[in-house]
Amino acid sequence: MNNLVVLPLLLPLCTAVLLLFFKERIQLQRIISAAGQSATAIACVLLLVQTGSSGIQLLAMGGWAAPYGIVFTADFFAALLVTAATITAGFCLAFSFGTVGSEREKFYFYPFFQFLMAGVNGSFLTGDLFNLFVCFEVLLISSYALLVLGGTKGQLRATLSYMLINILSSTLFVAAVAYLYGVTGTLNMAHLSVRIAEAGQGGILNVIAVLFLIVFSLKAGLFLFFWLPSAYQAPPPAVSALFAALLTKVGIYALVRTFTLLFPGDPGVTHVWIAWMAGATMILGAVGALASKDVMRILNFNIVISVGFVAFGLAVANEASLQGVVFYLLHDMAAKALLFLLGGMMIREAGADQLSAMGGLISRAPWLGWMFLVAALAAAGIPPLSGFGGKLLLLQGGLQAQSYVLTAISLFSSLIVLYTLVRLFIKAFWGEQPAGPATAVVAEADRVSNAAAKTDARTDADAQTKPDVAANAVAFATAAKASHGSATQPRNTSRGHLVVAGVLCLIVVLMGVGSEWMAQAAAEAARTLVDPSVYIEAVLKE
Amino acid sequence: MELLLALTIGILFAVGVYMILARSLLRVILGLSLLTHSVHLLLLTMSGLKAGAPPLLGEKADSYVDPLPQALILTSIVISFGVTSLYFVLAYKSYQKLGTDDTEQMRREADE
Repeated sequence: MNNLVVLPLLLPLCTAVLLLFFKERIQLQRIISAAGQSATAIACVLLLVQTGSSGIQLLAMGGWAAPYGIVFTADFFAALLVTAATITAGFCLAFSFGTVGSEREKFYFYPFFQFLMAGVNGSFLTGDLFNLFVCFEVLLISSYALLVLGGTKGQLRATLSYMLINILSSTLFVAAVAYLYGVTGTLNMAHLSVRIAEAGQGGILNVIAVLFLIVFSLKAGLFLFFWLPSAYQAPPPAVSALFAALLTKVGIYALVRTFTLLFPGDPGVTHVWIAWMAGATMILGAVGALASKDVMRILNFNIVISVGFVAFGLAVANEASLQGVVFYLLHDMAAKALLFLLGGMMIREAGADQLSAMGGLISRAPWLGWMFLVAALAAAGIPPLSGFGGKLLLLQGGLQAQSYVLTAISLFSSLIVLYTLVRLFIKAFWGEQPAGPATAVVAEADRVSNAAAKTDARTDADAQTKPDVAANAVAFATAAKASHGSATQPRNTSRGHLVVAGVLCLIVVLMGVGSEWMAQAAAEAARTLVDPSVYIEAVLKE
Repeated sequence: MELLLALTIGILFAVGVYMILARSLLRVILGLSLLTHSVHLLLLTMSGLKAGAPPLLGEKADSYVDPLPQALILTSIVISFGVTSLYFVLAYKSYQKLGTDDTEQMRREADE
């Protein structure tokens, strides 16, 4: 029994509720959410230290022992992910100060952010399948709100399809839980694992396993990622960085838990499915990344590739590859958040989101440029940086299991990651600045003011938002014209945001330099994945 | 009894999926709520439909029905209620802003 286990869920929840009372006071909201985020991070680190020193930490809610109540379980894997998620989200939070705009901040941006964190941390720590569903819903509903907050046309379109897909997958999740409950009669994960092993996995249980695979793949963007590239394009960069760093990772975590703890029994069926899906994800993600000409879209397809990469480790499922999964997940959270933050700054700096309209940014924003190069190399897995260790372990696992085709595909996809990101770097930062960007911004401003005019013309009831939109458009248009008039004048990237990205970049580098330590931690975390009996005993002994 | 309910759930699911594939956004939402109805019935069915008293200890019966799925369904109902109301408002807002409730037309505008 250890109350620390629930703090990563409880602290963001309390912060969010507190934040609801200060709708208009932006400065106070920022302070509270920063303090809440730091407190959560401290709790996570404490939990991590404790799990590292004295094994799996357990909290049975309300004192009801394992199969009957809801247990929160922190093994080293979950503790590592919670810590990484909270710290990475902290950077996204710091980046959102001053980039999301005061309209969003006044409309509960920070509470939604904290609710999302509560959902994410809860999903990592829970030991109950239905509670996992509830935590998923907490994080998904917050993500709907964060995605649509601001209400531009693009966001509305993206949210409509994103919500539809997620409601559908949640519905399937409930159906899968119903089937599993019908077969086993329990919902506690450790108890489920025991019951499934007793019954002997096969037949109906394999069908349920594949249903879970479909559900979590929809959430994680494994093969069923068709919704992801356009959905993650719509929100402001701080939000898409948060999504990129956390949301798909929660789905992957659920996949890893499901197929190492609940359904490890018949890898000939389930893991072959995962292997095919992983291979297809890497190939299709690579195709998408190569074909895109838009900064955010290229980065979005890179998320897809890395999801495929992790799934490859899960499909192989030996000790080395599971260690690689843990290592790579930790790296990927930090690296993807960094890439998206830098991508957002790049777009703001260039005033355009198409690659063809960018160029010559290195003279105006040298720090941004070199940090982007570091992030790109880290994502591709160049040796001194963080992506290398995880990829090495994954490939080692793949070779040990003699799945040469998948290993080749994942090596090839790393090459594509390197190519697409470095191409992004070269096009955006080198060469001459084309005449495009300023005009693009003006065109955008014209479009916005047209839209505003249209909104004005329409006699709808939401009089509250109209002046805002119009005012925005006017401000935007004047800003754009000013920058058009003096196109050579550099537009300042905020120093504070550069520092935020710089610290995150430093973490990515340190994760690579300290690969030895990271690999040890990953090995420790992979122990419960390789041998779930440790987890089961810890949960059911009391 | 289980067979009858399984058939009903199957029909609900089929109708729900058919409606989700429609072009009108309103049909999509109705399809989603049919789907949630069907999985809630599925939760109830999968726990077994044997006769027993309602799960109230005051009934002092020999056997009760399984109380757990009822709690799960109750949780799931409020969640899907919240999500559905959000989706309705989103659809309303989209109709105002995009001027259409045809999902095909929405996508066509995005391509421009």
